[in-house]
Amino acid sequence: MKKNLLVCACAMMTFALVACSNNATVKETSAVASESANVETTMEEVKSVYKFGGIGPTTGGAAVYGQAVKNGMEIAVNEVNAKGGINGSLVEMNFQDDEHDAEKSVNAYNSLKDWGMQVLVGTTTSAPCIAVAAESFNDNMFQITPSGSAVDCATNDNVFRVCFSDPDQGKASAQYISNNKLATNVGVIYDSSDVYSSGIRETFVQEAKSVGLNVVAEEKFTADSKTDFTTQLKKLQDANVELVFLPFYYNEAALVLKQADQMQFKPTFFSCDGMDGILTLENFDKALAEGVMLLTPFSADAKDSLTQNFVNEYKQKYGEVPNQFAADAYDAVYIVKKALEQSGAKASESHSVLCDALKNAMTQVTVDGLTGNQMKWAKNGEPNKEPKAVKIVNGEYQLQ
Amino acid sequence: MSFLSYFLSGLSLGSIYAIIALGYTMVYGIAKMLNFAHGDIIMVGAYMIFIFMNQLGINTFLAIILSGIFCTILGMVIEKVAYKPLRNATPLSVLITAIGVSYLLQNLALLIFGANTKAFTSVIALKPLSLFDGKLIISAESIITILICIIIMVILTLFINKTKNGQAMIAVSEDKSAATLMGINVNKTISITFAIGSFLAAIAGALLCSAYPSLTPTTGAMPGIKAFVAAVIGGIGSIPGAFIGGLVLGILENLSKAYISSQLSDAIVFSLLIIVLLVKPTGILGKNQNEKV
Repeated sequence: MKKNLLVCACAMMTFALVACSNNATVKETSAVASESANVETTMEEVKSVYKFGGIGPTTGGAAVYGQAVKNGMEIAVNEVNAKGGINGSLVEMNFQDDEHDAEKSVNAYNSLKDWGMQVLVGTTTSAPCIAVAAESFNDNMFQITPSGSAVDCATNDNVFRVCFSDPDQGKASAQYISNNKLATNVGVIYDSSDVYSSGIRETFVQEAKSVGLNVVAEEKFTADSKTDFTTQLKKLQDANVELVFLPFYYNEAALVLKQADQMQFKPTFFSCDGMDGILTLENFDKALAEGVMLLTPFSADAKDSLTQNFVNEYKQKYGEVPNQFAADAYDAVYIVKKALEQSGAKASESHSVLCDALKNAMTQVTVDGLTGNQMKWAKNGEPNKEPKAVKIVNGEYQLQ
Repeated sequence: MSFLSYFLSGLSLGSIYAIIALGYTMVYGIAKMLNFAHGDIIMVGAYMIFIFMNQLGINTFLAIILSGIFCTILGMVIEKVAYKPLRNATPLSVLITAIGVSYLLQNLALLIFGANTKAFTSVIALKPLSLFDGKLIISAESIITILICIIIMVILTLFINKTKNGQAMIAVSEDKSAATLMGINVNKTISITFAIGSFLAAIAGALLCSAYPSLTPTTGAMPGIKAFVAAVIGGIGSIPGAFIGGLVLGILENLSKAYISSQLSDAIVFSLLIIVLLVKPTGILGKNQNEKV
């Protein structure tokens, strides 16, 4: 009996292997075929929509970001479609989860490619974005990341970004602190095992010197020991810092705030876009975040009609106030729309043709969006816009 | 003064490691297996307290007791279902099963509670203690954690030396078949061990998440590994060894963070493990045992 089972299992495995390799060959031949002109004409009738793929962590520790990007993208795509689409074609979107994991992100990218994605709005977080950017460069797929802020996310010429890069965030933070005279003696805690965190810290420290801030203490932590910050905080407390710069995500920041409170250490905490989301952390005591400042290009309490419409729509649909990630994603869709209109590239074109057209058009467009007015892009994919900061007052963001 | 502050927070962290390490060491001493799911029972315990306290509004003390009972039952069920059928299997199969149970618990938690981090409300609602005109501030969590660790050690030592079940545990740990011949119910003794270990895990969960209030399905993983290291450093199988190992580890971790490098603390902790294993392979308080062929 056991032997029979074994034989059966072997047979099934062989079958599966054969099936797999069959599939692969079919795919390869179809890819070759679609490049020849004959097939393309028949494809044209089928493909009358632009296919926008999205990737981000909708589950996992960074789920707040992925969910926000997905929601923001959804609202923008619905609006665009309601107003007749882009260049006469509607937009179809497909959003995949990557759990903030580089490997899963590449898998998500591959399954989107199988779906027929032409433009990638993603990915949401930095480390996965770097992995996916390498793939999209090989495929010549246009990619616009709403919030992948590491430098390496946009080094290839096919990748553009909506948010500031890490160096720009670090630089802008130092300038903001100095311009608004928030402090002169500052301390930094950062995650030395994370590109996002150490990227921001590097330019922050550089820029701090040139704008006259004293970085009196710098403390590190790593991904494996990110629960106990008491030692680091104690050292900063002993160094008498007036402001602590926290360039990392809100999960750890929540612990830092709690432990600082226990130690009765009350400096000004200043952070970047990674802090965005702390108020939505389940069961978080918002009083701990009182007075925390963060650099963010988007504030839900801005009074312009674009922001107000977006915030209302978002609240109605998802029952919460959108954060900057949602706004970045919303803008990303409109930026692609504008660039597509500028270039006139049709939905029937292959992703590679669209990519070349969009790369060109991106440097020519100027977009007024939620995350900045008159946003422009250089050839290297970096946006040009003004930074803003918010302060948490009574559990809400207040634009400074 | 700073040194005292670093030392105390290390002592408090070490106390948590010690409580977790007790679970590893007892199970190893008696069932001769490494229960890698132990760290995840901490996580389950913390989630239970979170649910009882924040969603059902039960008072803190009762929530901890209920969570403890839940974890006790969970630990016993895991032992019955996953480990008991393997009592005579090779150590490797038991080890793999334990790792399997660990992943099962993590993924079940992911499924049930979702992956989003939850901010844990501290079970200790006391103000931090301020000494020397505010120069030394010790959080209430630290003090209570250290106290609870000492209380647990005392009760456990009394239990093992003064009660019948405790004596049975010693007997089983020394020689399982001889214990059976003496009329000791080995299965029952192992069950009791798992029950105690899991109850302690729930308490460790409450203390861990009160000091570091972020709760995710992997909350128990890293402290679990560190506590395992503590158990090995102290001499696995030895209860005072787990206590000493835990404290040494916690203090070393915090002091190296403070005076050497916050980045290298884990490297230093794990180097200690290697050094101890090289110098005294059975751990600080471990007994040298000659394997009989």
